[in-house]
Amino acid sequence: MSALLDIRELELRLQARPPCRLLRKVSLQVAPGQIVGLVGESGAGKTMLSRVVLGIAPANTRVTHGAVVFDGRDITHLAHAERRHLLGREIAFIPQNPMTALNPVQRIESQVSDVLRMHLRLDRSAARTRALALLREVHLPDPETILRRYPHELSGGMRQRVLIAIAFACKPKLVIADEPTTALDVTVQKQILQLIRELQRNSGTAMLFITHDLGVVAKLCDHVVVMYGGRVLESAPAQRLFADPQHDYTRALFAATPRFDRPAELLQPIPAALTQRLAEEVLALDSTCRGSST
Amino acid sequence: MKALTLLRNARVAFGLLVLLALVVVALGAPLLSAFDPLEQDLLNAFRHPGIAGGDPAHALGTDSLGRDILARLLYGARPALLVAFVAALCAGLLGTTLGLVAGYAGGRTDAAISRLVDVWMSFPSVLLCIVLAAVLGAGLHTVVIAIIVIDWTRFCRVVRAETMLQKSHDYVASAITIGLGPGRIVASEILPNVAPLLLTLFTLEMGIAVIVEAILAFVGLSVSSGMPTWGGLIQEGRLYVNQAWWLMAAPMACIIVAVLGLNALGDGLRDALDPVKAR
Repeated sequence: MSALLDIRELELRLQARPPCRLLRKVSLQVAPGQIVGLVGESGAGKTMLSRVVLGIAPANTRVTHGAVVFDGRDITHLAHAERRHLLGREIAFIPQNPMTALNPVQRIESQVSDVLRMHLRLDRSAARTRALALLREVHLPDPETILRRYPHELSGGMRQRVLIAIAFACKPKLVIADEPTTALDVTVQKQILQLIRELQRNSGTAMLFITHDLGVVAKLCDHVVVMYGGRVLESAPAQRLFADPQHDYTRALFAATPRFDRPAELLQPIPAALTQRLAEEVLALDSTCRGSST
Repeated sequence: MKALTLLRNARVAFGLLVLLALVVVALGAPLLSAFDPLEQDLLNAFRHPGIAGGDPAHALGTDSLGRDILARLLYGARPALLVAFVAALCAGLLGTTLGLVAGYAGGRTDAAISRLVDVWMSFPSVLLCIVLAAVLGAGLHTVVIAIIVIDWTRFCRVVRAETMLQKSHDYVASAITIGLGPGRIVASEILPNVAPLLLTLFTLEMGIAVIVEAILAFVGLSVSSGMPTWGGLIQEGRLYVNQAWWLMAAPMACIIVAVLGLNALGDGLRDALDPVKAR
């Protein structure tokens, strides 16, 4: 099986004094058509990883080791001018917060059309027709009216649908979704997840789905990668991971998740001894590779 | 709808009224004044202003050569408004462009442009104007160029800061992730979000330009002395201030009202268009 997205021992450093590692030899693969869930607490490096793939990592960070290979091509250090042809067309992104991810002063029409005109070279009217179809695909009511609206006139759920429409507009090979439902309320979350799954099935797009909601992962993902402290602790097919978690941290994460089927059970906090151990492991890891790549 | 809400702001309404009056006076000077501003009438020199109980034919009196002050003031609005508009526009274009580039590109480009601005702003501005005028020769174009050269930094600094702020917003990251290029992002994503600020800056800059034009005219570096300018009128009146107070008072009042109006408009717009303050 050749992976569509192959992240190989990626190491990302913050250019500070002393330099600090944000990602520690992270490896993961996403096969064509597969949904890979990336789970972990805040600060685990999930978002940083997605930003490196998209080429929008903060300016004060550097990839110091490893590679991001997309569709057989190393895109780790791809120049922005070249990356542009990939972004939006082959790799698309669904952002975390739909309230801020749309330009407040542009109508929905121009924001949906931008990606179509840029990558598919559609003219204005063709882009409009396609935009209408896209809005229908994400089940937005009355798409003609919505095209004329400004973002502030739409609800959070509607804006996320618009952003999903933009992400799937050019039938990308890979969609990266960074906690696409975190900023939404629970009923809307469910609809958005259904929509993402529906679009993914219809288009056969591969997805890297970042979340800290294990319930979502269980329903949606084929494969799960667990991250903590900038490194991958466990990577397994979803069924196996939930049935038989290998790493102590994964087990602790499960124990800390509320479950409807066992409401009587108390939630277990992640044991301090475990996080202490993980921190020590990270220190040991950092001291062994310090000389090699500084 | 939005425009009506803006007009409810007293400062904006006052400022717009002044601006409108300036435009009407500048365009309609030949129709509004009964006298030629250049026509000398030595028999009627130093006529007291009609509105202060003097010669009713000359509402604001006449100067040492018998020229009608009102006519000269009305015609004097032309260079004032022209300079204010052209200079503010060009300074805005230059400063905004550099500010957008610095704010969006960041890194070395930003450092280079920002240091340039720092050094530039450390020159004493009026002195710089005078040196420039000395090099370029007196004239309206000199005044315009002097204002652009001095005041582009004002736009550059503010626009740079605002661009950096806008750049950190998610919608810019979204624009990058759909593959838009930097030029496109700056022009169609960031610039419209900076525009309200530019409107404010532009209006304030027009007020500043009116003053600078008056200063340069006062020291004789604006248009040749025959053509009336407000600063030039003050300079001429200065010689006779003991005999004819109105020669200086009238153009000074014009400058004060014009600048006050433009500043009020700028301040009002800033408050009205600032989403944080509007709440």
